[in-house]
Amino acid sequence: MSDRSTDRLSVFKTYKLYVGGKFPRSESGRVYEVTDSKGNWLANAPQSSRKDARDAVVAARKAFGGWSGATAYNRGQVLYRVAEMLEGRRDQFVREVAEAEGLGRSKAAAVVDATVDRWVWYAGWTDKIAQVVGGGNPVAGPFFNLSSPEPTGVVAVLAPQESSFLGLVSVLAPVIATGNTAAVVTSEKSPLPALSLAEVLATSDVPGGVVNVLSGRTAEIAAPLAAHQDVNAIDLAGADEVLAKELEIAAADNLKRVLRPQPVDDWTAAPGTDRMTAFLETKTVWHPTGALGASGSSY
Amino acid sequence: MPTTAPHALADVTASDSTLRRFLHGLPGVDAVGLEARAASLGTRSIKTTAKAYAIDLAISMVDLTTLEGADTPGKVRALGAKAVHPDPTDRTTPATAAVCVYPDMVATAKEAVAGSSVKVASVATAFPAGRAALDVKLADVRDAVSAGADEIDMVIDRGAFLAGNYLKVYDEITAVKEASGAARLKVIFETGELSTYDNIRRASWLGMLAGADFIKTSTGKVAVNATPANTLLMLEAVRDFRAQTGVQVGVKPAGGIRTSKDAIKFLVLVNETAGTDWLDNHWFRFGASSLLNDLLMQRQKLATGRYSGPDYVTVD
Repeated sequence: MSDRSTDRLSVFKTYKLYVGGKFPRSESGRVYEVTDSKGNWLANAPQSSRKDARDAVVAARKAFGGWSGATAYNRGQVLYRVAEMLEGRRDQFVREVAEAEGLGRSKAAAVVDATVDRWVWYAGWTDKIAQVVGGGNPVAGPFFNLSSPEPTGVVAVLAPQESSFLGLVSVLAPVIATGNTAAVVTSEKSPLPALSLAEVLATSDVPGGVVNVLSGRTAEIAAPLAAHQDVNAIDLAGADEVLAKELEIAAADNLKRVLRPQPVDDWTAAPGTDRMTAFLETKTVWHPTGALGASGSSY
Repeated sequence: MPTTAPHALADVTASDSTLRRFLHGLPGVDAVGLEARAASLGTRSIKTTAKAYAIDLAISMVDLTTLEGADTPGKVRALGAKAVHPDPTDRTTPATAAVCVYPDMVATAKEAVAGSSVKVASVATAFPAGRAALDVKLADVRDAVSAGADEIDMVIDRGAFLAGNYLKVYDEITAVKEASGAARLKVIFETGELSTYDNIRRASWLGMLAGADFIKTSTGKVAVNATPANTLLMLEAVRDFRAQTGVQVGVKPAGGIRTSKDAIKFLVLVNETAGTDWLDNHWFRFGASSLLNDLLMQRQKLATGRYSGPDYVTVD
């Protein structure tokens, strides 16, 4: 048996981008070498250009109507399905995370388990966040006054540089759970778990374009995303201080919502709802209840 | 009826049989070669200043079109305003060539573009099917012309064409031409219904012999509209027609052209096939509605360096 396996030609995986539900190579045709923590070559990853970023935004915009319009319950089901698919590919992700982050097998397995749990956690939030951040407002007049959260729109997400898988999911899942669509820039030096996650998304029920995954030089891809007039918000988790400042200035032009990089020591800690509420808008509706009757109530 | 056929080819329209002999004597189209040529011309890379020139040229060639049952005077007025100033935030943007509406909206459109260079084109002759008696079609045309249309977009009788009644189609076009008076006549073949490239070539020659000022691919109402290949074929026809008769005829691809990239590919076809004489909105037009928004977004991108979005152009 072992002889036979060495006789086989090795089949290397071609990592590709994930844009609009398809797996294209970079428009520029470029790739860059990805190495493990010790500098050994792992694979070539596509090096996205600004045109890939543009295509990702177009795809995300196209998907926004359907995804934001889906019922929260349905989004929860879809995200849970992602967790199911992740579980099935657990071994692959454990290996990729171990290689990417230089972890031992058991530590990498713990990271992958925490990541799957995070998907499930956010999947549960889809139909509960409205009750937490929205609700009826007491007003001085004969009105029902209701506030409800709505997704911001297309969100550019710069995934954390160090935590290539758990960190990525921790910033991506809250964005799409509430109905936004995302163009994600992976960790620059360890993009492989993110590119494999794209394969999971493609085989779960997430509509194409809801998540678009771009690998490459973070600064190069982030610049056109931050300046893009059709991106509504940007999460700068993966930008260093200098880059974050530049991007924030570029993002000001169309009043994007900007989530500044927050120092995170431990991605396994409970995240809270902050990352969801960062990309929500509040819609408030005044609804007349009619004139008050003689009894003091119109009901 | 005065004959409108140019002198050099005047005798071919003398009878049904001479017309048939002429049209069937046109060289057959090499479909594979045609599509390969159209595809290879589509690979040209047009960047920076050339792209800026092409985008402005394309904007100036757009026949901004609304041909819906739900058209209201308000929508037509909005369309007219957009045709005159496509991008109100940047007055250097050229106006479009024309607005294209149904005959009953011509007066409204005329009012909306008054005082500008924008023309009003009207579809007529029982658009889009063309299934009506000749009298009805001519009444439709006269109606549009009397309302002030500068251009008439007629549809040919595809049924007659496909049945081989070329003279009937010819006579109909000449009658419409006469009824159009001073308005320029665009003849729509509905290439998606003509089945073969040979038929498109024959229809092109037939239309030009009958006095068309423009030959136009399609109505935009069927599955297959303007493609690079059928437009290339029609561009070859107008080039050859001018070489033989000295008469220049315009070309208008319509339907299905939605992105700046597509539009620029068509401009490359024009330049490489018919030549620079046609690179002008008097001789080449795009029949389109959503194309203009994409051209404007690309124009904004070139001007500012930032990708624009649909929030910055009008919804129509």
